[in-house]
Amino acid sequence: MTEPSVRVRGLNREFGDRRVLTDLDIDIQPGEFVALLGHSGCGKSTLLRILAGIDAEIEGVVEVPQRRAVAFQSPRLMPWKRVWRNVVLGLPGRPDRDLAIRYLDEVGLGGHGGVWPKTLSGGEAQRVSLARALVREPELLLLDEPFGALDALTRAKAQRLVIDLWRQHGCAVLFVTHDVEESLLLADRVLVMDEGRIAHEVTVDLPRPRDVGDPTFVALRGRLLGWLGVRDASARPDTTPAS
Amino acid sequence: MTRADPLAPPGPPSAVRRVTVEPERRRSGLTLPRAVRRTIGPVAFLLAWYVASATGALPPDVLASPVDVVSQAVQLTADGELTSAILTSGQRALTGFLLGGSIAVALALVAGLFRLGEDLIDATVGMIRTIPWVGLIPLFIIWFGIDETPKIALVALAVSFPLYFNLYGGIRAVDAQLIEAGRVLGLGRVGLIRHVILPGAVPGALVGLRYALGSAWLALVFGETVNATEGIGYLMNTAREFFQTDVIVVCLVVYAILGLISDFIVRLLGRYLLSWRSSFDGT
Ligand SMILES: Nc1ncnc2c1ncn2[C@@H]1O[C@H](COP(=O)(O)OP(=O)(O)O)[C@@H](O)[C@H]1O
Ligand SMILES: [Mg+2]
Repeated sequence: MTEPSVRVRGLNREFGDRRVLTDLDIDIQPGEFVALLGHSGCGKSTLLRILAGIDAEIEGVVEVPQRRAVAFQSPRLMPWKRVWRNVVLGLPGRPDRDLAIRYLDEVGLGGHGGVWPKTLSGGEAQRVSLARALVREPELLLLDEPFGALDALTRAKAQRLVIDLWRQHGCAVLFVTHDVEESLLLADRVLVMDEGRIAHEVTVDLPRPRDVGDPTFVALRGRLLGWLGVRDASARPDTTPAS
Repeated sequence: MTRADPLAPPGPPSAVRRVTVEPERRRSGLTLPRAVRRTIGPVAFLLAWYVASATGALPPDVLASPVDVVSQAVQLTADGELTSAILTSGQRALTGFLLGGSIAVALALVAGLFRLGEDLIDATVGMIRTIPWVGLIPLFIIWFGIDETPKIALVALAVSFPLYFNLYGGIRAVDAQLIEAGRVLGLGRVGLIRHVILPGAVPGALVGLRYALGSAWLALVFGETVNATEGIGYLMNTAREFFQTDVIVVCLVVYAILGLISDFIVRLLGRYLLSWRSSFDGT
C-alpha cells in the first residue's frame, strides 16, 4: 500500500473551552477524491483550514503534501486585480499571463483573463477560484463547499468540471459539502463528521458519471442521511437501510 | 366533522379584492431638461444680488455688486496681483499638504500594519485630535513666528488627521477573508501588504484625501487671515481695511475654485484607482 497523501492522527482543536475537533483521524490516498459531510458548525471548515495550514493551534499529528491549494465557498478573488492576475497571484516570479490563461482555459474562461472579477457571475468567479487553485499544481486540493452558493444548473455543471479537472490533474481532493447527493456524485469515499471526529464512512463503488436513480446510489444516500439524522423522503421502503 | 384534514387542499379562498395597476402616463406639457432646471436657482440668486446692488438696497460697503466683483477680478488678474497671491497660497497649501500627508500616511501604515504600532500610535493620535486645530494658531505663532512656517504647519496638521484616520480605518477594514486567501496562495508579509492590504485600503484613503484637501484650504484661510504679507489671505485683509468688499468676494471665489479643482483631481484619481469597482456600477 502506498504512503497516504494526508495522514492525521489524534487531532484536537479547541476554541476557548469549546472542543471542535476531538481525536480526529483521517487518511487520504494520493489521487483519491474524498467528500466530507456534516452538519453546519460541526467543524468541517476547521479541519480544512488546518489541512491548508491556515490554522496551526492544534494538538496531534497532521501530515499533508507540500503543495496544497484551497477553494473557499466564496471565491475570494482580489477585486482590484484582473482575473488573470488573480489566478497567478502568489506564485513566485513575474506574473505569467500565458500560464494564467492556460488554466483559465481549463475551466472554460480563457477569454475572461482581462476583466475585473466584479463583472463575473457567481459560477464564473468560482471557476476562476478553481483555476487559481489548480495553477499551483497541488497534490492536495481542498474545496470548502465551493458550490454552496450556486444555483442548481450552474452547480451541476461545476460538479462535472471538478471531476474532469480531478481526472486530468490526479491530485487528492478533500471536498467539504453538506449536500449528500453531491458527495455521492463526486467522491470515491464519503466521510461523515460528527462530534468532532469522523463518525462514519462509505466507499462509493459506482462508475462515473453517476445516476442518482441507481439503486446502490439510493441506498447509500439513505444510509448517509440516516447518519446525519435526516429521513430520506425520496427513498422507497424497500431500500430504506438498516442501521 | 369540523376537523380539518391536513392533507386536503385548502378550500376556495374568500373573495379576493383586486385592484387594477394603471399604466403610468407620461406627463405631457412643459418639461425642462434637468440641467436647465438646476441652473435656475443659482441664476436667480445672482440676479437678485445684482438687482439689490443696482437699486442701492445693498450698499457696496456691505457687499459689492456682482458686476464690480467681476471687474475687480479682471483688474487684479491683469496687474498680476491675484496670480501671485494664488501662487503663494497654493505653494503653502501644497507644502503643508505634502508634509502633513507624508506624516499621516507613515503613521497610518505603521499603526495599520503592526499591532505594536497600533498600540503606540492610535491612542496618541486620537488624543491629539480632540484639540481643535484652529485653536493652535496662537501657539504656532509663538513657536514658529509669523512667516511661512506657522501657516504650513497649520495646513499640515489639518491635513494629517482625516488622512490618518481614513487610511488607518481602510487598512483595518480590509476583508479578513481576502487576507486569509492571500496567505493560502503563498503571499508573504510584504506580498500581502502590497497585493491585498494596500489596494484594499485605497477607497478609505481616497475618502481621507478628499477630506484632507478640504481641511487644507480651510486651514489656509485661517492661517492667512492671521498676519500674512502676501497670498490670498493678505489680499483679503488689506481689502478689509479699505472696505473693498469686491476684492473680498473675489478672494472667496478663488478659494472656492481652488477647493473645487483639488476635489476634481481627487475624483479623477479615484476613477483611475478604483476602476475595478466602477466597472460594476457602470459609471
Ligand atoms: N475562529 C473561531 N473562533 C471561535 N469559534 C470558532 C472559530 N472558527 C470556528 N469556530 C466554531 O467552531 C465550530 C465549527 O465551525 P466550522 O468548522 O466553521 O463548521 P462547519 O462544519 O460548518 O464548516 C463552530 O461552532 C464555530 O462556531
Ligand atoms: Mg464551513
